[in-house]
This record gives sequence, structure tokens and C-alpha cells, in this order.
Amino acid sequence: MAIFNLNINGKKQEVDVDPATPMLWVLREHLDLVGTKYGCGIAQCGACTIHLGDIAMRSCVLPVSQVGNQKITTIEGLSENGDHPVQKAWLEHDVPQCGYCQAGQIMNATAFLKANPKPGDAEIEAAMNGNICRCGTYIRIKAAIHTAASK
Amino acid sequence: MTLVKTTYNRRSFLKTSVLAGGGMMLGFSWLASCTPTPEEVLNMPKEWFNINGFLKIGENGVVTIMSPNPEIGQNVKTSMPMIVAEELDVDWKNVIVEQAPLNTDVFTRQLAGGSQSIRQGWQSLRMAGATARQMLVEAAAQQWQVPVAEITTAAGILYHEKSSKSINYGEVASAAAALSVPEEVQLKDLKDFKIIGTSRKNVDAKKIVTGQPLFGLDYRSEGMLIAMIVHPPAFGLKIKSLDDSAARNMPGIKDVFTIKTYNDDYELQWSDTSAFPEMAVVVGNTTWEVMNAKKALRPEWEPIAPKRTEADVFGRKVVTITPAELESSEMHTAKMAEMAAKPGNVLRKDGDPEAAFKRAARIIERHYTAPFLAHNTLEPMNFFAHVTEDKAELAGPIQTPEFMEKSVAARLGLPLENIDIQMTRQGGGFGRRLYGHFVVEAAIISQKMKAPVKLVYTREDDMTFGSYRPAYHVTYRAALDAENKLIGFHVKAGGIPESPIAANRFPAGSVDNYLAEDWTIPSNISVGAWRAPRSNFIAGAEQAFLDEVAEALGKDPIDFRLELLQRAQDQPVGENNDYEAARYAGVLKLVKEKSGWGQQSGGAHRGVAAYFCHNSYVATVVDIAMESGRPVIQKVYCAVDCGIVVNPDAAINLAEGGVVDGIGHALYSAMTFKEGVPQQSNFDKYRLIRHSEAPKAIEVHFVKSDIDPTGLGEPVNPPIIGALANALYKATGKRVYDQPFFTGNQSLG
Ligand code: FES
Ligand code: FES
Repeated sequence: MAIFNLNINGKKQEVDVDPATPMLWVLREHLDLVGTKYGCGIAQCGACTIHLGDIAMRSCVLPVSQVGNQKITTIEGLSENGDHPVQKAWLEHDVPQCGYCQAGQIMNATAFLKANPKPGDAEIEAAMNGNICRCGTYIRIKAAIHTAASK
Repeated sequence: MTLVKTTYNRRSFLKTSVLAGGGMMLGFSWLASCTPTPEEVLNMPKEWFNINGFLKIGENGVVTIMSPNPEIGQNVKTSMPMIVAEELDVDWKNVIVEQAPLNTDVFTRQLAGGSQSIRQGWQSLRMAGATARQMLVEAAAQQWQVPVAEITTAAGILYHEKSSKSINYGEVASAAAALSVPEEVQLKDLKDFKIIGTSRKNVDAKKIVTGQPLFGLDYRSEGMLIAMIVHPPAFGLKIKSLDDSAARNMPGIKDVFTIKTYNDDYELQWSDTSAFPEMAVVVGNTTWEVMNAKKALRPEWEPIAPKRTEADVFGRKVVTITPAELESSEMHTAKMAEMAAKPGNVLRKDGDPEAAFKRAARIIERHYTAPFLAHNTLEPMNFFAHVTEDKAELAGPIQTPEFMEKSVAARLGLPLENIDIQMTRQGGGFGRRLYGHFVVEAAIISQKMKAPVKLVYTREDDMTFGSYRPAYHVTYRAALDAENKLIGFHVKAGGIPESPIAANRFPAGSVDNYLAEDWTIPSNISVGAWRAPRSNFIAGAEQAFLDEVAEALGKDPIDFRLELLQRAQDQPVGENNDYEAARYAGVLKLVKEKSGWGQQSGGAHRGVAAYFCHNSYVATVVDIAMESGRPVIQKVYCAVDCGIVVNPDAAINLAEGGVVDGIGHALYSAMTFKEGVPQQSNFDKYRLIRHSEAPKAIEVHFVKSDIDPTGLGEPVNPPIIGALANALYKATGKRVYDQPFFTGNQSLG
């Protein structure tokens, strides 16, 4: 066990955990931030996507010991009232079916749009390929990303 | 106008009461309609008369609809309350939808959240809304001393035109609640619908996009422990011994033990299906600690003995013999080919198929296969249980709470009424959450630990402890005479362990000489319903075969199907054809028109297919292009007849999902076995369709209909596989027969 001082959604948080613990479980079980989802645990599905600084990361394979003082953003901290342009676009297109993958999709899409504010279809597909949606909402995700990019 | 009765045999489907703070509460039976057929009444469980849905009208006019149905991704939590609100005649803006609360004796639930929910709930939901409206009208008539017939309603307001009076629902709600429930109420004319048929957004969408706790895996309670399982690595093995010495002493670990899910003398229900009814369990403080301890367990496994099980499948006793050997996919393929070469059990025979094949000028014979599939709901199996001396409280994603309450009660030795299962939002279902062994496992673990416990399956546990879609094989034969007419049709289908055939479906009824046979091969690999059971394979195979027959006859594939359907409509062959030929033809004609079939398609290669299953008709056209040997799905056109469409945009979303799902699994997915060991255990090896492989565009068109709504969660996915196979042929010149069509890095064509 070791103590880590983390900066999560703009707040300082202290946790006492095994240094190898993936951020996914630190968030979900030690900090009660359950918006970040578990889907595979091996960086294959994207359900656990968070931001480390401005970069989208798979939190299931990110040990807490590697975070240091980098800022972490989770779906809960993406915006004050759920009004980030990407979240709004998701509502406009009524994207979710079961909804389980969507936090990861949104976190991946927001980081991607920051780096590439006016993406084309092929760029969106490439950037989003690591995020599985078992319900098959891919078309709406793409449309919502275009909508968010246009705002 | 339709009048419906609110009672059946003097028992009412409805109850009212005055709300504590003023206002009206109407309780109703979410899925029970009062216009059942006599057969339905016989089969209607008595719980159907129980009140399990609630409608509250507050004094401020706000309407709250409490739904017992969990959300599994089909949007029923939005669309079912829309039906109530329609008949109640309120503004959707003033409606709040809530999930039925935890720990209540009044809620009883049946099979929850399936694609048939809308069909089952249609009548009862309309009746509930109409009854409340009628009582409000009566209350206003009394208050104003005017005849009931002179009162109209709109958007939650009662009007008396002659005296220019109006009043909000909320203001008469308390008075209305004191009236007796009318025995008969009038339903709206379909043309007066204001909410049904208009697109309304998912009521939980905001919570989803902001990451609120909604799912089973998000559930937690004070002092809760985490439990995980270690099950045999292969089908055909069971646990022999467990060395837990290392795991036991690892940080955060509370206990390690083995459990047996069902007692020996317990008669299994169909929903108790479990691949591994004995397993090791690790319990600890956190998921990460338990995951690590799992790896330190040293279990020993031994072969199972062949087993005979009896299960109760909706009142029917089904005996299954489970063989003991360690099975492999190669062995499955060989055994299926062997069975396919022998005569099967005859299920239906019209005319003289043997003679027709004997005098045929040409015979076309083709074989189609598909592998086992895992459900892979993105939220893995999990469940919360808190078992104390005398009761059990459980919560999580399950579609069969009513059934699993019985299993839990029997296993814990507690009375049924002391078991409560709360349903959370479910991160996908596709049939997997009909089988609730994990609910019982969680309960046993909590009882043993004397603490609240959340049982969590890793992805690997989930994928290798499945109730898989069975592996299938079908042989089709067509007899063509010298005049190029289809004179005989033969289908013989089987699988491991069940057959996918539906002998009375099209093209039965359209060919004079028809033969349908089946066969099965027993197995110890556990299987279950998987989105559009059986149809998810046989539809694609049949539609690909019809495409070949049309080609052999030199006919356009749509025209050929329409000819057969015309025959089935004008002069049906045989009895019990279980489809309406006109509606079948209807979706084909619609997809033909919308896709511009027969016109230039901009270089794309097209395939078409149509199918009827789960009470809905769907026809699909797929346009594909090949890029470096890989199929790019450019566009999909989908024509759907699912009766009245309650929430069009949500229905389109669901249809899009069905298309992506069907294409994805047919192209890429398989669960294979070697010596009983599942060869795919996570998404690195199990291929699911991804963003770049999804269709670039999907158009969904609905047949305008006055028929009561049917489900849409299942029927879109089966025909798309046939359309895809037919388009692949156009693109590559080669027919594909074995799913998945595209494996590894191979190129097609
Ligand atoms: S849970 Fe991290 S990528 Fe799947
Ligand atoms: S919405 Fe269900 S997995 Fe994406």
C-alpha cells in the first residue's frame, strides 16, 4: 500500500492503495466515481477511457503509481452540468442504447476533437476504433462527433 | 373507437387511491391486457392481475409513471410510458418516468425488458392511461354539474366548452381518486395520437452522458465486499480440489471457498441454465485485490460424468443428456456434416417432395454453417446480494427476476416472499441476462459471508462462462424442372445442441412439394437465447439460398420472392403457414422502392433479403464495395413492418443496432473450442465489429400500419446476414457459406 495524491476533476484526492492498482478501480471503488466503466481490463474496449492531461487513456491498464501529478478528468468532471458540446451532441442525436459504453465513447471523442477539431469521417473512424459499442450505435456516435465539431 | 374492459372475471386490472399529499394514484398491471384470447387466459399467471405499474397525478398536474421494466437498451423505459401518457392525454413535458422502487411488496415482475415488452404492454398501458383520464373527466363533470359527454381533454387540461370552463388534471386528481374505477373505458382513435408516433428522447440519456450510477456494476452499499469466481477452464471439467493457501493470505482477501449453485434435489428451471454449477469463490475488499488473489488459486479439475437433467421449461418437462467429453470445434464441424448427411426427423411435408426431386431437371444443394457466439454484453455479469438470517435483498441486471427469486428462495431455504430482487439498468442483454445463475451465486456468497456482497465477473469469466448461441448447420435443396420452375424445396437443419428450424415459415406455403427435417447433437457446452434465437442463423442461410435459386432461374431476387409470396397468398400450400404473405411482400416492395433497386447503384454491389420473425417483418438491401479485399458497407436500407411505431427515432436507433450487430457477427465473430476450452476469452481474440467496419449509412423505413406494435429488438438482425452474403457474392463472384465470413487478416474474393 502507498499513498497517492491525485488531481481528479480539479480536486485533490488522497488514496492509500497498492501502487499497481489500475486507475479504473481507484476511481470506481476508492473515489466512488463509477461513470468510468469496466469492459475488458486489457485496453481493448475503451469503456474505461479517461483523460490524463488532454490525452485519452485506458484507465484499466494505467497503474495509479504512473499518474504522478498529471490532471485526471473523468466523465463526471467533463463539464459542470453535462453541457460539454460533445455531451450535448450526444443528447441531440439520442445516441445511447444500453448506454454502458457511452462514457468511454464521449471521453475518447472529446480528447480527439481537442486534437483534431474538424475531423473527416475516416479520421473519426480511426480515432474511435478502440471503443466498442456492443449495441451498435456507431453511426450516431459519428454523427454526434460531427455535430460537436461544428459548434 | 375501441372500448376495453378493465376487469376480467370480476377481477380488476386497476386500483386507485388518493395520494398522501393530494392527487391521484392509479395502480395497474403493466403487461396484462384484458382482451386475451381464451388460450392466453389459461396461460396467464395469476401475478398478471397484480399491480406492478403506477401512475401518479400530483395536484400540480405533474404526472409520474413508475415502470417495473428495467432498461436494457431497447428504450422501453421511454416508449412504454409514452403509451400511458398518450391515452391519459397529457403533455409529455409534464411526465416524469421513474423505475419502480426497491423493497416493495406490491411490485411483481415477469420477464422484463425483452423485445416483446411493447407488444405485451400495449393494451394494458393504453387502458391504464385511458382509465385515469376517464376518472378525471367524471370528477370534473361532477364538480361542474355537467354531463360527462360534454367534457373534452387536451394536454392535461379538462374543458367544458359550453360554459368556457377549464381545469388542470391536478386540481381534480384527488376527487377523481375517490371515484370507483370504470368497468369499461374508451381508447383513442389512432388518428388522434399526439405522442405515439412522435420521436421522444431517452429519459435516461442525460444520466448516461454524465456518468451517473445506473448499472448493476455501479451498485454499492455500506460494508459491501467484492466476490469473484474461478470456474473450470473447460466444458467437461469440474472442480476436484482447491489449494487456496497462497490466495488466502493476500492483502484484502476475506475468504476463499467453493460453492454449489443448486441443491441436488432441486428441479432446475430453464432460467437456471449454468455451464458450471460448482466453482471456487474469492471474497475481498476490492476488485483489484480479488482479481490478484484469483490468479494465486491452485484448483485441480477433473472430468465430469455424463448427466441427465430435467428442467421445467414453461410447464413442460425437458430432459437433457449432457455428454462428458471435452469437445472441440473441429469435432463439432465433422459431427454436424455427418448428421446432415443422414435423414432427419420430418417436421413438415407438403405434396411429394421425393418425386419432385426425382423428376427435377436440376437440383441445387447448399450447406451453411455458423459457430457458437458469446453474448458479450458490454457490462459483464454481476449481482449484489445482502442475505441475512431471514431475508435476501438483491440488486442488479437480470431479465428474469420472478424466476430467479424462486431459485434463490429454494437455495437459501427462505420463504419466497422474503426474497427481493431490484433491477438496475442493464449494460446490454441480447438474451444473456435471462439466465441468472450469477444471482444465486451472489446470494450464496453473501449468506456465507454474512455481509453484503457484489459478485463481479471479469470479461474472461463472462466470455468463457456463457449461455452461447448454438452452432448450426443447414442443408437446402431446390428442385427445378425443365421449364425452369421451382417444384420442390427441402430444408434440413440441425445444431449443437438444438436445431434452428422453423418448419412453417416461408418458403413453406409457397412451394407444392416441401420437406422440412431437423436433427440435433448433444453437447456439454451451455447454450441459451441469443438475440433473435435460431432466426439469427437460419434467416441468413435461407435468404442466401433463395438468392442462388433466383439466379439459377434467371430471375431478379426480389421478383422471385414476390412471386413465391403471391403464390402463398393466393393458393397457400399446406396448413399452419405462420406468416402473412401480404405483409412479407410489403416490406420487400418498400425496400425495393427506397433503395432504387434495379437502378444504377453507383458502383456498389447489392444484396437483398427479407425475413419474418418475432412478429415483425423486415427486408434489407445492402450496398458494399471491396477495398483491398475487405468489405466496406456503404449503405443499408431497411424496410420494417412492426405495426404501429411508438417512438420512431428510438426504433430507428434500435434497427441501426440490429443491422450493425448482424453484419458484425456474420463477418467477424466466433466462439471456438479446443478440448472443451473456449478459445476466445476477451476482445483481443473475440472480434466484435468496430467503428471503421460499421455501415457508413443506414436508412430505416417503416410500413405505415394500424396494427398493434410488435418488437424491434430482434427481427432486424436476422435478414441482414442474408443480404450481406448476397452482396458479398456480387462483389467477389464467390458465395460465402460459413460464418464468420471474414476471419483474421484474410481477404475475400
Ligand atoms: S476496460 Fe479498459 S479498455 Fe476495456
Ligand atoms: S450503447 Fe450499449 S454498448 Fe454502447
